[in-house]
Amino acid sequence: MNTLKNKTLKTIKNLAFVFFVASVFTACSDDDPGVVNQEELITTLTATLTRSGGGTDIVLKSVDLDGDGPDAPVISVSANLIANTTYTGELKVENETESPAENITLEVLEEDEEHQFFFTPTNNIATTTYNDMDGDGNPIGVQFSLATTTAATGSLTITLRHEPMKTASGVSDGDITNAGGETDVQAVFPITVE
Amino acid sequence: MIKRIFFSVLFCVLSFTHFAQECNSILKGIVIDYHDGTPIYDATIYIKNLQKYATTNFEGKFKIEGLCIGEIHLTISHISCETKDVKIKLEKDTFSEFFLEHHIESLKEVSIVAAANIKSKTIQSTVLNEETIAAFSNQNLGEALKEIAGISSINTGNAIVKPVINGMHSSRIIVMANGVRLQDQEWGIEHAPNLDINTSEKITVIKGANSLEFGGDAIGGVIVTEPSNIRLKDSLYGKSIVSSQSNGRGYSFHSSLSKSTKKGWYVNAKTTLKKMGDFESPTYVLSNTGIQSTAYALQTGIKKFESGFNAYYTFINTEIGILRASHLGNIEDLVNAINAPAPLIATDFSYDIDSPKQAVTHQLVKVDYYKRFKKLGKLKVQYDFQNNHRFEYDIRVGNDRNKASLDLDLSSHALSSSFEIDAKTDQKYKVGFMAAYQNNFANPNTGIKRLIPDYDKYDVGFFTIGNFIFNDQTTIDIGLRYDFNAINAKKFYSKSRWDERDYDVDFNDLIIEDFNTQWLVNPKFHFHNFSASAGISYQLNDENSVLFNYGLSNRAPNPSELFSDGLHHSAARIELGDLRLEQETSNRVSANYRFKSENTAMLVEVFFNHIRDFMYIEPTGTEQTIRGAFPVWSHKKTNANLFGADFSFKQHLGSQYIFKNTSSFIRGKDVKKNRDLIDIPSAKTVNSIGYYLERWYDFSAVLASEFVFRQNLFPDNNFETYIPTSDTTVFVDVSSTPNRYDLLNFNADATFKLSEKTNLSVGLTVTNILNTNYRENLNRLRFFADDLGRNYTLQLKLKY
Repeated sequence: MNTLKNKTLKTIKNLAFVFFVASVFTACSDDDPGVVNQEELITTLTATLTRSGGGTDIVLKSVDLDGDGPDAPVISVSANLIANTTYTGELKVENETESPAENITLEVLEEDEEHQFFFTPTNNIATTTYNDMDGDGNPIGVQFSLATTTAATGSLTITLRHEPMKTASGVSDGDITNAGGETDVQAVFPITVE
Repeated sequence: MIKRIFFSVLFCVLSFTHFAQECNSILKGIVIDYHDGTPIYDATIYIKNLQKYATTNFEGKFKIEGLCIGEIHLTISHISCETKDVKIKLEKDTFSEFFLEHHIESLKEVSIVAAANIKSKTIQSTVLNEETIAAFSNQNLGEALKEIAGISSINTGNAIVKPVINGMHSSRIIVMANGVRLQDQEWGIEHAPNLDINTSEKITVIKGANSLEFGGDAIGGVIVTEPSNIRLKDSLYGKSIVSSQSNGRGYSFHSSLSKSTKKGWYVNAKTTLKKMGDFESPTYVLSNTGIQSTAYALQTGIKKFESGFNAYYTFINTEIGILRASHLGNIEDLVNAINAPAPLIATDFSYDIDSPKQAVTHQLVKVDYYKRFKKLGKLKVQYDFQNNHRFEYDIRVGNDRNKASLDLDLSSHALSSSFEIDAKTDQKYKVGFMAAYQNNFANPNTGIKRLIPDYDKYDVGFFTIGNFIFNDQTTIDIGLRYDFNAINAKKFYSKSRWDERDYDVDFNDLIIEDFNTQWLVNPKFHFHNFSASAGISYQLNDENSVLFNYGLSNRAPNPSELFSDGLHHSAARIELGDLRLEQETSNRVSANYRFKSENTAMLVEVFFNHIRDFMYIEPTGTEQTIRGAFPVWSHKKTNANLFGADFSFKQHLGSQYIFKNTSSFIRGKDVKKNRDLIDIPSAKTVNSIGYYLERWYDFSAVLASEFVFRQNLFPDNNFETYIPTSDTTVFVDVSSTPNRYDLLNFNADATFKLSEKTNLSVGLTVTNILNTNYRENLNRLRFFADDLGRNYTLQLKLKY
């Protein structure tokens, strides 16, 4: 009986050994994992405001190079806006972790029926109007104009929504309240109108 | 011994292979118990051709005279034994030893790896039988288990249902699928067990970590699913179940067929197909909640008493749509979704499953071999391989629209062996070892940062269990187990995250390469886990019995707790693991009181579980990204106390009515911070009254009320956040629990005998009869939509 037991234990040991040898061979693929090339990552939103009468463009920029990492986006506004002025605006969204930077605006425009930018000012610092349309005649917002009136300080929030309900009440006029959908980009720019 | 009082069944085959001349030889022999070598009394030895037979005396001996020289065929039988045919060459007077096995119970279950330990009387266990399982044929494991007091579920919608045993789930529960520990990325809260419930005919739930044979880290418990027993006769049998349901406009089809022979060979095949469209709440369609699933299982083997083997293969592919309205862009979307009375996206009913969705394929191969040794016990060796391939699809744009956001390929190998020493009926021992290797591959082609990294994982475990029967009233079980786990991962961390977590202080030596904005890091961790269990059961008298047990167990952190790092769109949250987590240690004591009389059955189960370094995930703040703000959920540790009681009661009222109640109550406390634990199931009570009329087609009708109390004890993780588009600061309520709810369910079924071997059962089930609007606390989609409305299910079950 003892020999039997010993035999059993021996068999177990042998099997264990074989197994480990096998696992060591299968496991030792020492290849390091490949770095993920993050697609459709949006790192940068740039709004360029051009004054109809000429002058230097005003650039509003939000840059978040670590994506969903802990670093907050860096927000910059190149200059104060001038009161009672109309600016022509253009938006650009990019992935700057790639070199050269990937222009994601092109993708937005390709699927323009599923995307819309919204401009939400506080303190009545400005009004915006859409200057572009998708195939259904609804606004997109890559091209827009922004008009200031009196001097004021506040903020301008620019939001890109994916799959908004463009036909919902007020949405085509730029009111985000009923838009639904998912937020792809959102940046809050501090604005001074002087 | 008492068990030796058996009746005899006899039949025999006799043939002469050559002509015999003299017919005056004597055959003497002894019939011995294979297990313990004791002689078997009253066994029958029969030579049909000669109409000669003998029975063994108290010493197991017999004698047959007047036999002819040559080969004779003997049939040795004993009721409850495997009848044995033996050929003997008789040349002169002969003395032979014959071994018989008298434990038909264990014989029936030789195909089941784990059966032996579940028989332990000192653990808190409950069994779901074939009938109950069949009733859930069109649903899933998690739903079926909720029939048991103390078992709830944590859901993502209504298709991803994870069982919760006394408040514990995911990595704290082991699911055994036909003897194989399921390795299916069970750490994920939105990863349902990859198991077709129809492959099981018996499901046992063990509460607590007292079944060390399966693993030492099952702090919550073990769910053991077992296939049907094989009939040891020449037969061909099977069953088919067709279910059709109104909510989801779905159907499910299951069929199984088994062929077995008297000699022990068997083969069986099973398949299940399911298709459901969008489910509906009482008031709206839950868009994109369809399910589609295909499963196959094939098993074959030879089952003899002395030795045998089984080979098993299963395949299951499941595609599950995730409620469209739960896919969110940032905290503002989350606030909008929480505050909306109905989902913001609700479209017309459809069978289409679009993003967000999951598509998971799980394959399992198992081979096992067993051999019994005379007067000693049983050796078992098993190898199993599993592959789990999980794709998760988020809403994406452009060329990536149909590309998975997560693509994890997990392969697991395990070799295990056990030896059960059962020669003595009053004490049994089992020793075993297990060695496992696992590899996870996270495909980088998704174009999305890996949520879980590539890793290799090694496990080795040893256990020993002893079962001692003191007397007719008292049984004691003792078990010890040691496990070694090692994990070797290679993970990219963004440098900003690395610093934010302060890993640059503690873990810079793990960095192996610099990738500009990211570090490639090689964390290697290993853990030693000791577990122990002890239990005693005592039968006070015919009606009353008690048991007490204690379990010590350790669980190493899982890959998600260590490495999680990224954005979960399905809940709009950033989830962060922690490299500093260590294993948690649970000390659990529990007790049962059982009363059973002719008309009444009652079971009261209580437990207390103290878990040191209990790992959990909870909101810890918000982070700003270019999409806006996101709540951050971090894996953390604390010390926790959990205690609760489960109650089951059954009362026959006359011969045709049965009243049943199952209730459960549990509390969880963070003892470090002196506050309530998150995700603790609500108290619940289910009352049912059933009417049974056996003489009329086995008719039964059951009306049940399921009452779930509001969970008033929860940690307050609410916070305020600034919403730029409305220029307001809002309160985000991610903690408050939904209201209590009461559901009324009805089931009726009857069985019609179509022929001698064919039965047809027809069942009708209505759930949520009153079409009540409700939300369940442990459904992660409760923030976005109501739970299911009324559903009619019609089920036809044909057994042949």
